[in-house]
Amino acid sequence: MKAINFLITGVGGQGTLLAGDLLAAVGLAAGYDVKKSDILGLAVRGGAVVGHVRWAERVFSPIVPDGQVDFLVAFEVLEGLRWLHHVRPEGTVLLNQQEIHPVTVSSGLTGYPDPAAVDRALGERGGPVFKVPGLELALRLGNPRVLNVVLLGALSSRLPLSAALWQQVLKNRVPGRYLELNEKAFEQGRTWAQERSDS
Amino acid sequence: MRALLSGNEAIARGAYEYGVQVATGYPGTPSSEILENIARYPEIYAEWSVNEKVAMDAAIGAAYAGRRALVTMKQVGMNVASDSFFYAVYTGVKGGLLIVTADDPGMYSSQNEQDNRHYARFAKMPMVEPADSQEAKDMVGLGLELSEAWDTPVLLRTVMRISHSGSPVELGQRPPRDNSPVALERNPHKLVSTCLWARDRHPVVEDRLQRLAEYACTVSVNRIEWGDRRLGIVTSGPVYHYAHEVWPDASYLKLGLPYPLPTALIRRFADGVERLLVLEELDPFLEEQIKALGISCQGKALFPLTGELTPAVLVESAAAAGLIAAPPPLPPPLPLPGRSPVFCPGCPHRSTFYLLNRMKNVVVAGDIGCYNLGALPPFDATDTMGSMGASIGVAHGFDVANISDPFVAVIGDSTFFHAGIAPLLNIVHNGGKSTVVILDNHTTAMTGHQDHPGTAVRLGGAPATRVDIADVVQACGVHDVHRVNAFEIKAVRRALKDALAFDGPSVVLVEGPCFFVGPGPAGAYEVDPAACVACGVCFRLGCPAIVRSDEVYPANGKPQAFIDPVLCVGCDMCAQVCGPGAIHPVDEPVSGVEQ
Ligand SMILES: Cc1ncc(C[n+]2csc(CCOP(=O)(O)OP(=O)(O)O)c2C)c(N)n1
Repeated sequence: MKAINFLITGVGGQGTLLAGDLLAAVGLAAGYDVKKSDILGLAVRGGAVVGHVRWAERVFSPIVPDGQVDFLVAFEVLEGLRWLHHVRPEGTVLLNQQEIHPVTVSSGLTGYPDPAAVDRALGERGGPVFKVPGLELALRLGNPRVLNVVLLGALSSRLPLSAALWQQVLKNRVPGRYLELNEKAFEQGRTWAQERSDS
Repeated sequence: MRALLSGNEAIARGAYEYGVQVATGYPGTPSSEILENIARYPEIYAEWSVNEKVAMDAAIGAAYAGRRALVTMKQVGMNVASDSFFYAVYTGVKGGLLIVTADDPGMYSSQNEQDNRHYARFAKMPMVEPADSQEAKDMVGLGLELSEAWDTPVLLRTVMRISHSGSPVELGQRPPRDNSPVALERNPHKLVSTCLWARDRHPVVEDRLQRLAEYACTVSVNRIEWGDRRLGIVTSGPVYHYAHEVWPDASYLKLGLPYPLPTALIRRFADGVERLLVLEELDPFLEEQIKALGISCQGKALFPLTGELTPAVLVESAAAAGLIAAPPPLPPPLPLPGRSPVFCPGCPHRSTFYLLNRMKNVVVAGDIGCYNLGALPPFDATDTMGSMGASIGVAHGFDVANISDPFVAVIGDSTFFHAGIAPLLNIVHNGGKSTVVILDNHTTAMTGHQDHPGTAVRLGGAPATRVDIADVVQACGVHDVHRVNAFEIKAVRRALKDALAFDGPSVVLVEGPCFFVGPGPAGAYEVDPAACVACGVCFRLGCPAIVRSDEVYPANGKPQAFIDPVLCVGCDMCAQVCGPGAIHPVDEPVSGVEQ
């Protein structure tokens, strides 16, 4: 069993916590030893958040070691760029194409990275990069809150596990009345990524 | 059955499986989810107490009555509760009493980085320290057994990285417990800590501690794992796992019951290895005690005293000390703007700090809660913040020191109940003239929306008697009380001005529900580009929903405002501050414009 390190980054309130929970549960269901680590508390009020999930034969630390990220799942552009240098050279980046401006940007104290700079940083990567229109896909289902499951769907297409296993975890973890919506969100993300080679 | 639990969920599960009957606490990151999860088990009485000392006394009382009791708090909560657990070490307990402290190395959400292992030594009580979720659950059981067997409270010390990380846990069942009324076994010589009798208890405490140190050498959570004998590592808590990332083959002495120190075991381990390292987060708690035994070891000379001792930090320090080869450096991070937490869209605290930012000469003695974000841009309003309830006492200090600028104390509702009433009484009693602004958002927001005496429900959802803060304030002897709606900026401004002008103690009670406990979003607002003059006033509200538009107002060349409809919850504050009236609810005609 190959060890896999995931980093989930975004802005507090975007649903990164649930994504980490689901991803950890999938690893456990697939027979891995699993550890995960979240930052809770004040950071969830619109601050930068990062969650670690590790799958392996045996996991010691719940923190992904520096520079050993296999999959970066970024819910927001700036919060993806912030962790880019921790992704292994051959690692995969899924970058949700959503920009949330920190208030220091709105008030003119700093600037948001411009698109050219983002593309330059992504262009230097060796491994696959997916610019996922996650919010757009979620809004197509009428609910921005399923962004997290859309992104997991996209991620799932890059992992050697059956879709059925993911669906089973969703069934166990998502309350009944939201299940169908989340199943659709997962499919949206998965199909979107399957239809694309690296872009 | 196995489940993936966070450390806090595992502690709650331990409370369930090991028959805890009474659980109390006061919220605080990273501890809050322990009691929230315990409250899901109807078999356990659970409450958010008004503060940590009250929680501690209540748990002690339950333990005196023979019930198994657990009390939880964050690391600084132990300072508030300390007066009480010190006496409980002398009196002993009857039912097991487990005190859970969640420390915060790295200071992810705390005002300091204190190492609460010292409290075990200071108060002379045994301490267990889990390294993952399974151990967190198991050690609840061990701690309760030790507590009953040795007639002492036991400290369980977790840290943020245990509390908020998840790992697999084997689940068990709860033994049957008898909840029928019990008679209190009266024993004043033991339970009344008057100096006359407490004097007899001190030798009991010292003797207990000595015998516990011997026991600690035999208990399975303190164990030697022999590996490569050239390097021996003494460690406890999560650092045990971090160290395995760096030295998978070394010999380990893992201490799950690190206090009182198992001295004979440590000697045996030290004798069996060539080089001894003590790896511990924060203070040299183990290291100093081990050195005092005359055993040579290295710890803080090589590894930092501050922050988490993550694998990355271990690698960096070990490489600098020549213990391991330095890994190839990471590529440099991109230069990027930071992202601090902010008041949420719809937050009632926004109006107060928007105004305090504009009242430049007003000194603000702040307090702890979401509203300490008022210290950050774009508000930059708060001048001091130390511990819960400190705002009111510090303001009174400014008063008696006769500072030249006007000043206010700003405190939240949960914090007011926790530690704000006594200092308010102090102002009244001593003839002070401070203005106290109480931000009543009807919840303990910062730590995850827990109830408090001002809410109409209690933990678990049962109804509670709602205590009105204005009544409390009046009863304390403050009669200049201004009650205002947080979402009416003009009214808040007037109240602040009037209270500051009053010659005596005054209170401004700013009321408005936290968005997360309120009625939910109203429709989003939008900016009319034809009317926006790019003055930038709305940006001073620091609302994440208000961003710079790509459009520029030609007359001054500055970016106009744009409201993100996904984030906006329609609180109306931006419309109130907009001079030209360019902001209005979506689908509503702009005032004065025919459509
Ligand atoms: C002694 C102590 N206990 C707990 C905490 C954690 N804590 C920080 S602020 C706070 C209460 C916040 O509630 P409130 O004052 O109502 O402000 P809000 O966050 O709702 O704005 C708590 C529990 C702490 N810092 N110190």
